[in-house]
Amino acid sequence: MKIKEIQDEIVEEFSHFEDWKEKYEYLIELGNSIELIDKQNKIDSNLIKGCQSKLWLYAELQNDKIIYTADSEAIITKGIAAILLRVFSNQTAKDILNSDIKYIEAIGLKEHLSPTRANGLVSMIRQIKYYALALNTN
Amino acid sequence: MSFDINKIRSDFPILKRKINGSSFIYFDNAATSQKPNIVIDSISDYYKNYNSNIHRGVHTISQEATDAYENARAKVQKHFNVLNSHEIIFTSGTTHSINLVANGFQDLLCDKDEIIISGLEHHSNIVPWQMMSEKNGAKIKIIPINENGELDMKIYDNILNSRTKLVFVNHVSNALGIINPIKTIIEKAHKVNAAVLIDGAQACAHFKTDLQELNADFYTTSAHKLCGPTGIGMLYGKEKWLKKLPPYQGGGEMISDVTFEKTTYAELPHKFEAGTPNVSGAIAFGVALDYLNGIGFENICEYESSLLKYATEKLKLVPNLKIYGESINKTSVISFNIEGIHAYDIGALLDKFGIAVRTGQHCAQPIMDHFGISGTVRVSLSFYNTKKEIDSLYNSLKQTISMLS
Repeated sequence: MKIKEIQDEIVEEFSHFEDWKEKYEYLIELGNSIELIDKQNKIDSNLIKGCQSKLWLYAELQNDKIIYTADSEAIITKGIAAILLRVFSNQTAKDILNSDIKYIEAIGLKEHLSPTRANGLVSMIRQIKYYALALNTN
Repeated sequence: MSFDINKIRSDFPILKRKINGSSFIYFDNAATSQKPNIVIDSISDYYKNYNSNIHRGVHTISQEATDAYENARAKVQKHFNVLNSHEIIFTSGTTHSINLVANGFQDLLCDKDEIIISGLEHHSNIVPWQMMSEKNGAKIKIIPINENGELDMKIYDNILNSRTKLVFVNHVSNALGIINPIKTIIEKAHKVNAAVLIDGAQACAHFKTDLQELNADFYTTSAHKLCGPTGIGMLYGKEKWLKKLPPYQGGGEMISDVTFEKTTYAELPHKFEAGTPNVSGAIAFGVALDYLNGIGFENICEYESSLLKYATEKLKLVPNLKIYGESINKTSVISFNIEGIHAYDIGALLDKFGIAVRTGQHCAQPIMDHFGISGTVRVSLSFYNTKKEIDSLYNSLKQTISMLS
């Protein structure tokens, strides 16, 4: 699926939630189902700065597509990472670089986009794009 | 005066807020306190009616502003029972005060000298001394903490010697709320002729300190921790020390005579108050002290102790909850973790219930390293909090844990 389609799908899923509790319960569920970073890549050099809980992100190229994996000590941070990975993992570098993140706002998690939230979301998005730049084969 | 919690709560407009549809509960008082109307109004009153630069103008409002500013200094002097008003320097807050002293000691110390810092210090208490030490080579020694988070006084005795020139300890630790035995620390330091700087930022909101009785050489606090505005604080220094220290910043107010060849510095306290000061902040600081003294620190202390006891007992009912720093000598701070759950997750979900707590290292990484943890959830109480709010915290915390497990 294309990035935009996955984003629309996530927005659709989140539109069914009545309150913050349902939303966060889903976020926690997503956090538990995240594609975990390989143990050998869970190292300090893959830590994302600006996060209160440790957050690791790794990327590698497989058949022209970037596969992202992540992990965090905090489950909500992991859930947020899962929402990003579902969209950006297994896409081409070019598509990742041309995409936007408006869907985060659309699912009502805009508060997490503030750099003061200390959950590393902004830094994680930046790192996802950096990896895409670095691994861009075109 | 009796302690009327409903009246007190009505003084704080922010307590009427709703967050995510729930009543706002503020348990991050160690980070900053909320402000009563009387403090907020004093700032707007200043700007509406007598905003003016001070100490120079001959016109009416400049004199009014100067009087109000100096009157605020007198209030701080009285509150802390300081001998001379010129021993009170208005600074932008504790960090500024500590840097002012560290900068002064940069010239007074050399590489044969030593300073002692407690292992309970906030970052802002450590960095200025490291910067000083890089310049003058003075050695920094640390008083470590024991498993309860209390200072190891035996080690203090061992590291204190005739080379020690300065001792820095916070009155109350910001991460754990532990009240340090500063009276003993000061007495021992004075026996080897070392000066002592006490950081009172976490203490002043909870109890009153008599600085003549304490006999510290320097003492500092930030107004925003005690119902005053941000950007203003005080440095107390004994006259002999303030005279010895070189000025920190150059500028207006701090000079008496300037030619291109030489500048003569102004008398205390102006020597350390370069530039146009935070006039409205100082005035509001004075009003905040009046407000707290109106309630009475004995009443505040008694009420907060009962809140802390209640909160500690209630939180201990939560399964797998561990409290850090359970000293009997502590102010109303509870730092805890729930086994298997990250502090960030708890803080993020409590916020959704409208409850403000602090999570993380509380600017005190060395303390967190000591306990081998990456952070805690910190609940810090104030005299405007209630047992009902603690019950809400307990209920929300249980729901939070069930969501996260």
